[in-house]
Amino acid sequence: MLSHITPSVLAALGGVLGILVVASLIAALLKRLHPDKNYSELIQRIRSWWIMIGIFSGAILLSRTASILFFAFVSFLALKEYLSLIPTRRADRRVLFWAYAAIPVQYYWVHEQWYGMFIIFIPVYLFLLLPMRMVMIGETKEFLRAAGTLHWGLMTMVFSLSHAAFFLVLDGTHNPAGGGAGLVLYLIFLTQFNDVAQYVWGKLTGRHKIIPKVSPNKTWEGFLGGVGTTTALAVLLAPHLTPLTLVESLGAGLLIALGGFIGDVTISALKRDIGVKDSGSLLPGHGGILDRIDSLTYTAPLLFHYVYYLHY
Amino acid sequence: MLQRLFFLLIVRPLVLIVIGLNIRHRERIPLTGPAIVVSNHNSHLDTLVLMTLLPWRLLPRLRPVAAKDYFFRNRLLAWFAVHIMHIIPLEREILDRHQDPFAACSEALQNGDILILFPEGSRGDPEQLSTFKTGIAHLAKRNPDVPITPIFLHGLGKALPKGEAILVPFFCDVFIGDAVRWSGDRGSFMTSLEQEIKTLAEEGYCPAWE
Repeated sequence: MLSHITPSVLAALGGVLGILVVASLIAALLKRLHPDKNYSELIQRIRSWWIMIGIFSGAILLSRTASILFFAFVSFLALKEYLSLIPTRRADRRVLFWAYAAIPVQYYWVHEQWYGMFIIFIPVYLFLLLPMRMVMIGETKEFLRAAGTLHWGLMTMVFSLSHAAFFLVLDGTHNPAGGGAGLVLYLIFLTQFNDVAQYVWGKLTGRHKIIPKVSPNKTWEGFLGGVGTTTALAVLLAPHLTPLTLVESLGAGLLIALGGFIGDVTISALKRDIGVKDSGSLLPGHGGILDRIDSLTYTAPLLFHYVYYLHY
Repeated sequence: MLQRLFFLLIVRPLVLIVIGLNIRHRERIPLTGPAIVVSNHNSHLDTLVLMTLLPWRLLPRLRPVAAKDYFFRNRLLAWFAVHIMHIIPLEREILDRHQDPFAACSEALQNGDILILFPEGSRGDPEQLSTFKTGIAHLAKRNPDVPITPIFLHGLGKALPKGEAILVPFFCDVFIGDAVRWSGDRGSFMTSLEQEIKTLAEEGYCPAWE
């Protein structure tokens, strides 16, 4: 069962479990030490982390196909949340149906390791197909907005995220330490860690706002603290999970920290444009699924093409 | 038994995975019968969603009130409506003035059942609220002690509107209001009920859909 998993991937999953246990203990301790304070959001947040990490680890350990299905399902939830959030046209119901239908197809190319099709299916074929389907229905009012927002959603929620899954099917001999699962874990762990690190550094030392019009709580201190911590961790983990050399892993860390930040504020801009605080209520303590995968929509394709260019 | 299986294997996965619910004020859901749940109506999915909102143990006690002319138009649909959905068929056209069209509803309430009712009378235009029919006032007057929980649903009219066969996934927002009771006057009761649902609708954010 575990033949597709290297010992260092298993150890990394164990490490994540350890962090969760420590976080849960700290939350319980805080609650006991300060019974007058309200820690319900922190506790909810950690509980949601347990469920997300539980499902993710289960899929990674089970098989490669299960892991690909996991990412396909995340894409489905993300696209659904996006399309429920943005204004859509009544006339486009059937066009949206085809956008959803693209998800299993895109992940099928991943499963079949068909890189050429994987990389052009959404940017070329769906880019051409969906406006054609809209024109066949014939509604021209708000056509540009509808075609543009739908394609942005597909690129972000399906095309970008599917890069995380493509790590799984890359030739394992190029990465004896971690295999495909090692790179996925490296990507997901560092991206999520960077979110938390930027948040914590911002809370502890943040003073100078970095992008007040989009995200008033983000500060330079939080951003730079996150970049430093994430890059250090990226260098430490790289030999165990990836084929990256020391210098390359320095670049990977910077790419994830910077990309994660931009992904985060891009979804913040979307929410601000629409006028909502959370994208949904799927993950108690976090908000919706977009609030959790926002950074990943940038880091997944960026890290993938970086590693792919250097080693495959 | 058949109903439980249908809800476990088809309705719950459909409602919780394909559609997905964002529920506001879950604590206001009635936990015992008799009770009445009223909601706006835009889609066949409305009934299924409302039935999954209520506790699983109450499933056999849930009675959607549905148009007789629509659900009894063929035998297969009628069988499904009666045996799986446990509907109470309602005559939309009153033929005999001396007969109470809501007699079966009152009887179900006396048995401790929970009625699911759509006061708009039909699904109407997608994601548009139309005027409430006064049947609910009649029923409330006859059963003044029964709590009436208003619920506003948004999104299902986009997922499966009237006249469409293909389901397109959209998250469904569910806003549950505080229970109301018969106020003693039909006019004020109807106004307060409609106002309650409109207030729930304003609580959320509904993107344009035109």
